[in-house]
Amino acid sequence: MAEKNIKVLIAKPGLDGHDRGAKVIARGLKEAGMEVVYTGLRQAPEDIVNAAVQEDVDVIGLSILSGAHRQLFPVIMEKLEEAGREDVLVLAGGTIPDKDHDELHDLGIKAIFQPGTPIEEIVDFIESELGAA
Amino acid sequence: MQVSIDEIRSGHKPAIARAITLVENERRQIWPLLKELFATSELASLVGVTGPPGCGKSTLVEKLVAGWLEEGERIGVIAIDPSSEFSGGALLGDRIRMDGISSEPEVFIRSMATRGYLGGLNPAIFDTVLILSAAGYDRIVIETVGVGQNEIDIVNLADTTLVVTMPEVGDEIQAFKAGLMEAGDIFVLNKADHPRVNRMELVLQQMLELNSSGEEQEFPRLLKTIATRGEGVDEVLEAVGDHRLKLEKSGDIARHRKQVMRRHILHLLEEKVREQLIDPLLQSEDFKQILDQVVKRKADPYSTAEDLLARLKSADQQREEVNLSHEN
Repeated sequence: MAEKNIKVLIAKPGLDGHDRGAKVIARGLKEAGMEVVYTGLRQAPEDIVNAAVQEDVDVIGLSILSGAHRQLFPVIMEKLEEAGREDVLVLAGGTIPDKDHDELHDLGIKAIFQPGTPIEEIVDFIESELGAA
Repeated sequence: MQVSIDEIRSGHKPAIARAITLVENERRQIWPLLKELFATSELASLVGVTGPPGCGKSTLVEKLVAGWLEEGERIGVIAIDPSSEFSGGALLGDRIRMDGISSEPEVFIRSMATRGYLGGLNPAIFDTVLILSAAGYDRIVIETVGVGQNEIDIVNLADTTLVVTMPEVGDEIQAFKAGLMEAGDIFVLNKADHPRVNRMELVLQQMLELNSSGEEQEFPRLLKTIATRGEGVDEVLEAVGDHRLKLEKSGDIARHRKQVMRRHILHLLEEKVREQLIDPLLQSEDFKQILDQVVKRKADPYSTAEDLLARLKSADQQREEVNLSHEN
């Protein structure tokens, strides 16, 4: 049974208190055969990076509804690099206006999934990105 | 993926994390590293925490770890959750309740899935204990959902086992039919602010008395906590310390560790036999035909298993002869 499972951290940075979306994604990825660590609401950037390092995840999914992505995501990406884990595939989801997407892509966030994205699309994206690595 | 032993020893978290990933996924590659770590490290003190889902295990672990941190210890936590039988995936959610300690520099938390390992405990769990011990963690807490045989195996690994429960988990028989009653050194009745806590306490006391030899004994001990508020946690910390002392004084620790090693050797042996002998056999074209014969009732499964074993043995003998002739 020693086959490689893709390991994902689903994290909720910032102060909004709604994690239904994050939980739906976590469950969907689990059902696609991935091992998903969920760390709960209101995580500081350093908590997210600490968890990603200790769990040695392949993917981080950041779910955010508060609008603070332009403040929090750069800190997370910076701390990931400090920890030597800039290789992790970072994805974002939630309510992120279109006009901010380019800025987030420039930070190194590989994809932004808007509400209503089918889980299969996210699973396919992760598998193809990791397969290509 | 290369991991350096020196980085593990110096407590470099990314290296420790990568080594654990290797014991989970690339077992063949990691054996040389494990050999070296075993030769040069003492195993940390191991505390197992088990109990039914939702009884407050992770919350209690968070509070216990905070207590040990105050005493200057470095703590590793292995939080185990089940893999899905259907997809092979897993939802690892124990970190949610460990928010207060997860970013402490002297704490390392790793979530692991059971991965439905055949033939008992996933050997990766012992190997993770070894890696964390080598990295200088003084105490390692292994947390697992208390259902099923796999969990009993994990409990068997621990020096001290805490069985956590709560009021209203079902009737007394259900609560502990998995054999956890014999496994526990310390029973923690959590959520002790629940109105029906006295009834559950009585039930537990009676069951523990039935299990004991009748003499007054120090363990198993029954304690009440309200983990969310930290109440009763000091008593649990004290009980874990007392249990450790008792193990050392009585010499039980040596007997226990001998059993742990015996089981781990068996697990590793099974792993190698499966990987090198059984898996190639199962994948062979030959096996598919043999299976067809059994399905068509032209052969029986018992004779087939005996034949296959005989075949494995003779193949092994031939290999040995080849090796000998090479040596000559």
